[in-house]
Amino acid sequence: MAEQSNSPAPSTETLVDIYRRMIRIERNDDTIRKAMRLGKLIMPYYSARGQEVIPSTISSLLTNEDTICTIYRGIHDMVAKDMPLRPLWAEIAGRVDGTCKGKGGPMHLTHPETGVMVTTGIVGSSMPIANGLGWAAQLDGSKRVSIAYFGDGASNIGAFHESLNLASLWKLPVIFVCQNNGFAEHTRYENGTSVDFISKRAIGYGMPGFTVDGNDPWAMYAAAYEAIRRAREGEGPTLLECKTFRFLGHVLGDDDKYMTKEEKAAAIAKDPLPAFRARLLAEGHATEDQLTKMQADIQAEVDDAMEFGLASAFPSVAELRRDVFATEIPA
Amino acid sequence: MTETVKMHAFQAVNAALHQAMEEDPKVLVFGEDIADREGGGVTGATIGLSTKFGDQRVKSTPISEQAIIGAAIGAALAGYKPVAEIMLMNFTAVCMDMIFNHAAKLRFMSGGQSTVPITIRTLTGAGWQTAGQHADHLEGWFAHTAGIKVVAPSNPADYKGLLLSCIQDPDPCIIIESAGTLFIPGDVPVDQGPIPLGQAKVVAEGTDVTIVSWSSMVVRSLQALAPLAEAGISVELVDLRTVSPWDRETVLKSVAKTGRCVVVHEAVRSFGPGAEIAATVNEELFGKLKAPVRRLGAPYSPVPFSKPLEDAYLVSVDTIVATVKEVVGK
Repeated sequence: MAEQSNSPAPSTETLVDIYRRMIRIERNDDTIRKAMRLGKLIMPYYSARGQEVIPSTISSLLTNEDTICTIYRGIHDMVAKDMPLRPLWAEIAGRVDGTCKGKGGPMHLTHPETGVMVTTGIVGSSMPIANGLGWAAQLDGSKRVSIAYFGDGASNIGAFHESLNLASLWKLPVIFVCQNNGFAEHTRYENGTSVDFISKRAIGYGMPGFTVDGNDPWAMYAAAYEAIRRAREGEGPTLLECKTFRFLGHVLGDDDKYMTKEEKAAAIAKDPLPAFRARLLAEGHATEDQLTKMQADIQAEVDDAMEFGLASAFPSVAELRRDVFATEIPA
Repeated sequence: MTETVKMHAFQAVNAALHQAMEEDPKVLVFGEDIADREGGGVTGATIGLSTKFGDQRVKSTPISEQAIIGAAIGAALAGYKPVAEIMLMNFTAVCMDMIFNHAAKLRFMSGGQSTVPITIRTLTGAGWQTAGQHADHLEGWFAHTAGIKVVAPSNPADYKGLLLSCIQDPDPCIIIESAGTLFIPGDVPVDQGPIPLGQAKVVAEGTDVTIVSWSSMVVRSLQALAPLAEAGISVELVDLRTVSPWDRETVLKSVAKTGRCVVVHEAVRSFGPGAEIAATVNEELFGKLKAPVRRLGAPYSPVPFSKPLEDAYLVSVDTIVATVKEVVGK
């Protein structure tokens, strides 16, 4: 674990903001799973329950101008980036009011207004594209940063290695954020990855690499602050390996046989949400009433989004011919 | 008369890139070895660009095809018009995920929010003894993928005009630079502007049979015209120029007139683009055809090294002549 010494501690306002984003992710995830259980939503779902701290902390340091490229287990990244929930719900339900008119679905959401540029279903593919967004920021002379979210399994595909090399060579303002939950689909970390810490791979590409407790908002804040500062000041990319755990397996409904009951129970016992809430209260950053009201407001927002999304119409079949090219293709 | 300059295909590509970069500061050019420091590309198609436009807009890259196309996509999403070179078409296999799953699909999957105006320049073609991994004509791979335009010029003027259109096009385009067209100079109008994508060109007018071809096989088909004329056969030669989307109207109009059709391409015949064209002609013109549509292409084999095998791999002028004679019944 790397020491982060020069970064400021998060303010009370920032801590509460991080918590707000985490609750928004958790309430949204919980409501999606309920809707699926009730048969209101039918889709492949890759829950990121347990991984809330990582994008919430990073997003607290970003603006809408900053971009993210994320992956199929990435709805928490979008929610953390403040993507509006109504079009999100309409999209995962395949409806016309979705971010992508229902044509992308839960693995391919896009929402440029909040900086969600690409969601990919192909492991590792967020990274090469994030480089291009970083290159554009550099060419524009702007201070925008580009975040590439990916999992630990993605660090074993070629795109990871090509992307880190190019980003370092060109000093691109890209932050490679590995959400290391210990499993690549059903394969345990050590059975698929040759190094004990993915952050070590940064050395091979001449960039800083840090392993951080991805469930600790203070540690995450310090690491993300420094990586984003470097990127904005033209010092180039950083690799952040954020250790976490996914509570609900690979795809919703899988039987978790590849992990032990004990390790799963131990991870859930260290659920970052109640732990963070307790510390916010203990340190006086927020009151019980404030957080309870926040949660109720967020639940109302999620419920409204669900209602909106499920009430939206399905797209017309004519949409098959639209958006293949800029000009509609002939019938 | 329009003033013209005689040049080779790669000089035409170079001229198009200079013109596009001058006209639009959002145009970027990058790829392996493409800057002047590295020699301006293996064929010299990018010579002078980095010196003139600087090393921010014109960048040599590492040998990292996924990173190249990924960077092109990301920059395009942020408003740039990148022209990425994948040195040889077989190497597109290395970055097929970026092309096939991302560049071609992001507009559709985003419901029209994302636009990926990238151009991929790539070189291929048998005939130079480069064997199985440096010479495949793979337009069928790309034409089969919804969302990417596939362009295959046969002469220098078209190289310039079609490349200019690819760069301006709001969608991803792959433009195939083919070895069989490289060293045949042609007249390029001094003011050669963009040539619309998706429009074929009738290179020779005729009445007995339509040859539909593109890229290197237009060159061979042109060589077949004289012996066929000697045999009393009047050929209409259609240069498709854009393989996808292809100009059905021009092809069908021509075949409706001649009643006969031979498709000639360098790509492997099995499951090749010729099958699509032949099937369309059959569907649309069944009652008007005087003979079955024929397809000529490479055998179902990797490109060989040994010269006699390689010669046999490519469709020859003699084969074109013999096939057309059969189709016409002479």
